[in-house]
Amino acid sequence: MEQILQPWPWYVSGPLIALIMFFLIYFGKTFGMSSNLRTLCTIGGAGKKVEFFDFDWKAQRWNLVVVIGAIIGGFIAHQFLSVQTNIDLNPKTVEDLSQLGFQNAGQSLLPTELYSWEAVFSLKGILILVIGGFLVGFGTRYAGGCTSGHAITGLSSLQRPSLIAVIGFFIGGLIMIHLLFPLIFG
Amino acid sequence: MKFLKYLFVGIIFGIVLVKSEAVSWYRIYEMFKFESFYMYGIIGTAIGTGVILLLLAKQFKLNNLEGHQLNVPKKDKGIFRYILGGILFGLGWALSGACPGPMYILVGTGAFSVLIVIAAALFGTYVYGIIKDKLPH
Repeated sequence: MEQILQPWPWYVSGPLIALIMFFLIYFGKTFGMSSNLRTLCTIGGAGKKVEFFDFDWKAQRWNLVVVIGAIIGGFIAHQFLSVQTNIDLNPKTVEDLSQLGFQNAGQSLLPTELYSWEAVFSLKGILILVIGGFLVGFGTRYAGGCTSGHAITGLSSLQRPSLIAVIGFFIGGLIMIHLLFPLIFG
Repeated sequence: MKFLKYLFVGIIFGIVLVKSEAVSWYRIYEMFKFESFYMYGIIGTAIGTGVILLLLAKQFKLNNLEGHQLNVPKKDKGIFRYILGGILFGLGWALSGACPGPMYILVGTGAFSVLIVIAAALFGTYVYGIIKDKLPH
């Protein structure tokens, strides 16, 4: 039990993620979380105005059930399977973050500097979350997948488009962290 | 009843991503700083295991539950959409620390302000749907 309560090592988590992908493919589906964003737009009525959302969303119900499960899983893991969060970050990372104004790095899953209600209700805070979320939604659909669809499923099945997409993910991520973070938080 | 297995897979997914700390904004930051092997270990072993599982399934001609040969959907050909869309997603991923799976999972952990990121992601998807024909793919 003690081992379950502690963070799971990468060599346990990685293969488990592969098994999740494999089971979904075995069920005749696929592992792709960003597709749900399109489905939710369609359920919200976007198909009446925009052709891209005019599809039979009911065929995607299984994927929404995965999302509901993921929310429940997040709840279970956080409430019952975790002791106090204390992420074992590289001390160098903690120091870098401190210089950018992020204190107590690793003592929660998300930084309070971005996700506390106090931060959310500041202009800069809300802009960061909205712009970040917008880029994720726009970018994943443009690229036709996210970490689950491209990095895990696409690379596991040795598809070249997914390799290009994952290279793109890293270019974007590196630009944000190394070039833009010092401007945004410096 | 037929949806129960998806619910179960989702629950496992949520638990694994919380317990692996892959839902943490800090782990994503650390990864892009190249200051830890941790996330590369997770993604690397996931892909390694995935490659082996899919090759074995092919080798043994494993059928899926519907009785057809196991099939991974093929991504369309193209370069622009993957590199440009990928860069945009990467920018958002590093800023918000959340990709489309962890977003939902984080809500389950009680981080309700992530709902703002989800709402913005829905809007981003919607805008893509509107202008997609004007973008290079």
